Amino acid sequence: MKELAVISGKGGTGKTSLVASFAALAEKKVLADCDVDAADLHLVLSPDVKREEVFHGGKKFAIVQEKCSRCGKCLSLCRLDAIRENRSEEGEVKKVRIDAISCEGCGVCAYFCPVEAIESFRGEAGKWFISDTRHGPMVHARLGIAQQNSGKLVTVVRTQARQLAEEKALDFVIIDGPAGIGCPVIASITGTDLVLVVTEPTLSGRHDLERAAALAGHFGIQVVVCINKFDLNPQIAVQTREWCWRNGIVVVGEIPYDPVFTQAQLRAKSVVEHAPGPTSKAVEMTWLRVRDLLQQHQAATELPAQRRDRAGCSPRALPVKPPPPVASPGRREEGL
Amino acid sequence: MKIAIASGKGGTGKTTVATNLARLMSLSRHDACYVDCDVEAPNGHIFLRPEICDARSVAIPVPRVDADKCTGCGDCGDICQFSAIVCIKEKVLTFPELCHGCGGCSLVCPTGAITEAPREIGVVEVGKSDGLSFVHGRLNVGEPMAPPLIREVKESLPPGAETIIDAPPGTSCPVIESVKGADYVVLVTEPTPFGLNDLKLAVEMTRQLGVPFGIVINRANVGDDRVKEYASSGGISVLLEIPEDRRLAEAYSRGQLALDLGPQYAQKFALLWEKVLHDALCGTEKTIHIV
Repeated sequence: MKELAVISGKGGTGKTSLVASFAALAEKKVLADCDVDAADLHLVLSPDVKREEVFHGGKKFAIVQEKCSRCGKCLSLCRLDAIRENRSEEGEVKKVRIDAISCEGCGVCAYFCPVEAIESFRGEAGKWFISDTRHGPMVHARLGIAQQNSGKLVTVVRTQARQLAEEKALDFVIIDGPAGIGCPVIASITGTDLVLVVTEPTLSGRHDLERAAALAGHFGIQVVVCINKFDLNPQIAVQTREWCWRNGIVVVGEIPYDPVFTQAQLRAKSVVEHAPGPTSKAVEMTWLRVRDLLQQHQAATELPAQRRDRAGCSPRALPVKPPPPVASPGRREEGL
Repeated sequence: MKIAIASGKGGTGKTTVATNLARLMSLSRHDACYVDCDVEAPNGHIFLRPEICDARSVAIPVPRVDADKCTGCGDCGDICQFSAIVCIKEKVLTFPELCHGCGGCSLVCPTGAITEAPREIGVVEVGKSDGLSFVHGRLNVGEPMAPPLIREVKESLPPGAETIIDAPPGTSCPVIESVKGADYVVLVTEPTPFGLNDLKLAVEMTRQLGVPFGIVINRANVGDDRVKEYASSGGISVLLEIPEDRRLAEAYSRGQLALDLGPQYAQKFALLWEKVLHDALCGTEKTIHIV
């Protein structure tokens, strides 16, 4: 079973549109929508939800007003600027409260509160789902509004997808990743066999491609690239191809800018389902190249399972087995 | 005033709106500032080409354990909510990339065995682009957490500046950190199912933050009317519609501002600015800050 993560660095390059078509083309796979705070794949795949679970995320803390002595100790300790004091006109502290949006759940305030007036709570931070679609099973999620721990929810989606693939003896997990290179993206790619970076021929796209590719390299994962909307700026498309070649990165596809992508989306279809033609053909060729690479791929290093699970903002609740010592990180180098 | 440009969906045109608005403002005022809070994938500098005059490294304080003083009591592992420091069989191990820098472990250690050492997560750069102040951050590749760097980026704003904040895509903690404290939010969307879906999430997020907002519909003629219907039934102000324009897309690809294409874009962004000012100062929506 092989795992493919589709990321981009820059948003809007066409990850989800491409994954939707891969869903239609690939056989024996599970889809995993890891863009948990702005999930869109379900809009094309129309999932029939079979299982729904609550995601609890990390702890947050709140002050029990009846116990609070308004001493201000919590304010002096909080490094996240999450403690708020309401003062009277004369400057007297009338109320101390924790801003739930700024609170990162470190618990330092609660630990040191002299009157034990601060309690933790674990609300519903989101939901995750296992669904059937016309193209096979899909694991997806929705992070609650203004919630943290997106990396942890991504890890839940990944773990469920992997489990499903193993149970059903499927060949692939195809991961629709988020934009950026931070914790939800890291949680989307760690332990995968191949990272596909979808880029566009713009200076912004180039800049972010280099960062996304460097991220995959940082985790020792092979990278391939698809240049979407390549005819928007053929010169930059060529420069992108040359950059890939110089860095030993295979370009698995070049897809033209085509209104069929939007037309297909409006009809809740993937491009290959909606409009067979040269653009569809280019998408199909991209999938075939990716599939061949996945099938040939030998995992060079297998990350230990516990290190995979703690990618991202892991809260205390995750089981911690004795892990290997982590070397002190040095300065990260950008680019390859 | 601080105006944040956010979206939900990536690639809708936040940076296009933010950079052009900031440049336009700088033509008529000396205190305009553009700040790029998309520290994972910053792009504003491509369009504004600032001259950087100051760059500094940003670090999170992470625990450093003196093994000679450590008694293996495990109090540090007990207080840590992020599994960044764990005590197993009286031996302490640290995972610096998971550390949120809260300082709890060093405070709680009974023997003073834990001190804090700075761990670099990225850089903040400050500069000027033809009279427009410029600030951005760049997260080191491999670092999971953007919010601490975003906080430092916002701390580096020139005081009292009229600021345009270019936020990252999505609706989770990096966006919250970028948009928090703004006076008004412009949500940039596109009239497609993905655009509408993510706009709704972004609207919920902005309402939870209690900041008034309006929307800009980019590539306004490519999809359908559902975004406009959503806006009108929700009483949400549509500040501007920008039709799809191949020339604009090509200019964007070259790192060129829309303003350079001709007066029609200067007019559009001037109109946007007027409406934003009007809505921000008068307030279009009553919002409740949920704590």
